[in-house]
Amino acid sequence: MQEQQQYSFEVVKWFTYMAVVYFVIGTGVGVWIAAELAWPALNFDNPYISFGRLRPVHTNAVIFAFGGSTLMASAYYVVQRTSGVRLWSDKLAWFSFWGWNLVILGAVITLPLGLTQSKEYAELEWPLDILIAAVWLAYTFNFIMTLSIRKVSHIYVANWFFLSMMVMVTYLHVVNSLVIPVSLWKSYSIFSGVQDAMIQWWWGHNAVGFFLTAGFLGIMYYFVPKQANRPVYSYRLSVVHFWGLAFGYVWLGAHHLQYTALPDWTGSLGAAISLAMIIPSWGGAINGLFTLNGAWDKLRTDYTLRFLVVSLAFYAMSTFEGPVMSAKTVNALSHYTDWTIGHVHAGALGWVAMVSVGAIYHMVEKLWNTKVYSVNLINIHFWLATIGTVLYITSMWVSGIMQGLMWRAYDEYGNLTYTFVESLAEMFPYYAMRTVGGFIFFLGACLMLFNITVTIRKVETNPASDMSKVAVI
Amino acid sequence: MSEQQDKKPISIQERLEKNIWALVLATAMVLSVGGIVEIVPLFYLKTTFEDQVHPEYEELLGVRPYTALELAGRDIYQREGCYLCHSQMIRPFRDEKDRYGHYSLAVESKYDHPFQWGSKRTGPDLARVGGKYSDEWHIQHMMDPRSVVPESVMPSYPWLKTEKIDGLGMEKRLKAMKVLGVPYTEDDIRTAAIDVEGKTEMDAMVAYLQVLGTMVKFQPGRDYRD
Repeated sequence: MQEQQQYSFEVVKWFTYMAVVYFVIGTGVGVWIAAELAWPALNFDNPYISFGRLRPVHTNAVIFAFGGSTLMASAYYVVQRTSGVRLWSDKLAWFSFWGWNLVILGAVITLPLGLTQSKEYAELEWPLDILIAAVWLAYTFNFIMTLSIRKVSHIYVANWFFLSMMVMVTYLHVVNSLVIPVSLWKSYSIFSGVQDAMIQWWWGHNAVGFFLTAGFLGIMYYFVPKQANRPVYSYRLSVVHFWGLAFGYVWLGAHHLQYTALPDWTGSLGAAISLAMIIPSWGGAINGLFTLNGAWDKLRTDYTLRFLVVSLAFYAMSTFEGPVMSAKTVNALSHYTDWTIGHVHAGALGWVAMVSVGAIYHMVEKLWNTKVYSVNLINIHFWLATIGTVLYITSMWVSGIMQGLMWRAYDEYGNLTYTFVESLAEMFPYYAMRTVGGFIFFLGACLMLFNITVTIRKVETNPASDMSKVAVI
Repeated sequence: MSEQQDKKPISIQERLEKNIWALVLATAMVLSVGGIVEIVPLFYLKTTFEDQVHPEYEELLGVRPYTALELAGRDIYQREGCYLCHSQMIRPFRDEKDRYGHYSLAVESKYDHPFQWGSKRTGPDLARVGGKYSDEWHIQHMMDPRSVVPESVMPSYPWLKTEKIDGLGMEKRLKAMKVLGVPYTEDDIRTAAIDVEGKTEMDAMVAYLQVLGTMVKFQPGRDYRD
């Protein structure tokens, strides 16, 4: 009871619930476009659901609608819990909630209409970009001001990571979205060619590095110790992890442009730093996993903790795979293939989604002072998510490496062995398998939405299940 | 939290953890380094563009701004998300040379606001697709891809054939490009509407595809990236 007066949790509740709704929508659209690649008739000759227009709907929905809502919910939650104060401004927090959802609504309408800046993960046109900037600054400012009125002397490590994400995303969004508007829904990037490519991938890789990594590491550093009921394994490792990641990640974008018309020095620099990034990344993964020392037995019964731990395993795997793929010889094979898609999803499904799911199950119990309706359903969700992810990424590994090898194969007369379309035809089984993997993952998301909706409805319609009130009575 | 309370003089880390403004400032500074080092030099290093390293290679001067019709096609290419499955960036490998042609140069996309290099080849690279197929083939292929390439997974784009290009809109777009430094003449802008008059989106797409990679007439024996 007291807790509810002390903290502004209403806005956190709304962000949390919307995150789950967008989780279902984003992964659902993902399954659909995966199916379009296997069975092109599913495009139905309809412009609004054609792959090229729907793919940005999928990426924006999972990254910004699901990921963004999760980040806003968790950062607002964590900063209050670790600072011992309410949010600095409830009004700004509500502005960020309605503003962010308005951006998402705008995306859902404009992207199928083909209104796009055609920069990956930064497709939205300039009016929406301005709204994003306003919401993002409100969120960042509110977060910083809440820290400035904190009642504890030290700023907790999770908040460092959230902060670095907020600052970096501000840089990236502002610079990469610089355009000259031609009309309300059409603009041209002020940069061109080489420079535009470098700026886009500086944005692109840091959408991964900060939005999808630093932010979710903030989640990890709070929710893993909380759920395991153990302190973070090593403070020193957290410091190394944080500064290593903040300094290093920024450089990696150039590894998306190896062997292109981007000068060689830039790509090589990006690749070299990418390799070095294994150190802070694995330091962080170890830090998270070893936090469970002495509490590993909890994994047998605590399904929420399972999500968190498996997410760390995928984090370690993806942050090893990434540097390998940025090495020039590997990149020569992997670039332009499905291997990249597999790598992204190892990170996105295995790490980002799993750590979010763990954090959300944890938060729902705390925010509504209750137990999740069905622990069994969480367990089933866990297995669906894990199997779906593994099926997805293994099919993309096989298809990606196959593409790379077929494209460069020569016969004994010195001619290319395969035409392009022969390599495409070989992809069908893997595209179908990827769709199945994605669908299994999507089913898990649906179960989660059901489970959490029932949980919340039980509290709202029957306050007796609110355990804090039971305790008071 | 397992913060170690050592009694040594207060470290920088300790100070940052206790002062949010110092932490914001330090983080903002550390985060800015990589971007500045990798991006800023691209705007002034002469070696970024081949025509500045080799002013004697006259073929590099062949790169010109897109005509109004080609630019209209390029805008549709972006609208339909073509860049999500087709790259426009040939790498300097033997197999890519045999399959797609000469590796791409930086000068070739210097008027591309935004760039269209792409990141994925679900379909083939299009950097030098210009002139490889007839206009009729392209139209047939966009109307019904599987009628010409049975294994294709590309969507059909029948609506391109019915939609008309807006002349006034193209004039505005050329003007915007000129503001960004693309050397359009007053004449180009004045004739933009006439250039696209009566043309469909399909005509524009074909015009764009047919010019891709054809502006530089490569000379044998020249290494453009040394």
